[in-house]
Amino acid sequence: MAEPVKDWTTDYDIFSREYIKDPFPIWDDIRGKCPVAHTDRWGGSFMPTRYEDLFDIAKNIQTYSSRNVLVADVMPAPDQERPELTEDEQELVQQYNVGAPPITSDPPVHTWARKLLLPPFSVTSVARYEQETRELCNELIDAVIKNGRADGAVDYAQQIPPRVIASMLGIPKEMTATFTEWVRGFLELGLTDPELREQSARSIFEFMIGQVQQRKENPGDDLISYLLKAEVDGAPVPEPHVVGTCFLLLVAGIDTTWSSIGSAIWHLAQHPEHRKQLIEEPALIDNAVEELLRAYSPVTMARYVAEDTEYKGCPISEGSKVLMNFPAANRDPQVFEHPDEVILDREKNPHIAFGVGIHRCAGSNLARMEMKVSIQEWLKRIPDYRLEDPDAVTWAGGQVRGPRKMGVVFPS
Amino acid sequence: MTVKKVTVDSEKCQGHNRCYAMAPGMFKVDEYGYATPRGEGTLAGQKDIELAQRAVENCPERAIEIIEVED
Repeated sequence: MAEPVKDWTTDYDIFSREYIKDPFPIWDDIRGKCPVAHTDRWGGSFMPTRYEDLFDIAKNIQTYSSRNVLVADVMPAPDQERPELTEDEQELVQQYNVGAPPITSDPPVHTWARKLLLPPFSVTSVARYEQETRELCNELIDAVIKNGRADGAVDYAQQIPPRVIASMLGIPKEMTATFTEWVRGFLELGLTDPELREQSARSIFEFMIGQVQQRKENPGDDLISYLLKAEVDGAPVPEPHVVGTCFLLLVAGIDTTWSSIGSAIWHLAQHPEHRKQLIEEPALIDNAVEELLRAYSPVTMARYVAEDTEYKGCPISEGSKVLMNFPAANRDPQVFEHPDEVILDREKNPHIAFGVGIHRCAGSNLARMEMKVSIQEWLKRIPDYRLEDPDAVTWAGGQVRGPRKMGVVFPS
Repeated sequence: MTVKKVTVDSEKCQGHNRCYAMAPGMFKVDEYGYATPRGEGTLAGQKDIELAQRAVENCPERAIEIIEVED
């Protein structure tokens, strides 16, 4: 059991139960006291919580590099020697030492890697998946609606993003449960468990290497085939890069979005007036999605400090980690009126749930579509529901925050 | 006579698509999500100005501005 936190500005613990369950008062506390908090826990890091500061730091890509975006370091650095691996494995690690471009890239690689990825995630491209997402939501609801109870996280939110991304990648949907396990192993449970994390990362990489080989032989109308066909400056995209990007799509596209969907279902369970508002004014949905993204932003990223620097009087040395607390920025009273209130028709909402600057989430349009459709279909079928036991809801947090167990009951 | 126009700073725009959603018809986005005003970006009346104002307020990159130019 870790020591309890006494001062959140000098000793925060983003994996503590208190922080995961209810981070909002902690962010208020830090925001009111200093621009950048610091901790020695989990390898040490710095953490801004004010909107202005997140904005400035995200824009300064020279000093704050994206070469490492994970909020805790439990894995050996990619260039570290790995005597435990066989020679073949070592060679593979060398060859595939590309990270997860473009999220882990800085310019110039970032520039072309991102350009490659944006078109398949444009508003019009993701609209192609809207109908099947709607059908999927209804199938999931069909399975639980007669029971009068469901787990809004496990039975619903968690099931949607892995299937949509599987469909985009041309991977059988039966893989959904495995994907979920791997991604949680890498990004959630694995953040504090190095062995699980490494094992999960390896499973994803091996799987994606296999998929890439298959697509080379049998190209299809899917994202992996698209990446393999794409050219940069007249040459095909290197295969390890394609594998790295597929790794990213799986890791970044799954528990981030399911966390957002889960938080939305959780919020609406407790706010009948908001359910009513959405049912009576269907056109409000796009705004509501943005507001729920703001109030329950799931993702905290990290940056790697590439040179000794100082931020608002706080010295930060090269090699440090800065946690990009976008969720805290989105509750900053300097920018958002009544930041802790969910106002579905909020007019001024420049939230940075998807980040800001050159690393703006490439999948943001897909995430929005999935959120919109999953809220709409849920409310159509289950307009009246509540949490079974609010205290029994469990949350994941740290890098990605959202409910993981959330019993809801409704008239069957 | 001056007219009001809405502009998008292409250096700042990162393709969040917020303006496109907030002010339908006022902006177009390319396949990367980068936005530009439709036509000359001229704001015809109060309704246009209000819509443009909402786009300004919701752009996370602060890329959108309403400017006044000589007609």
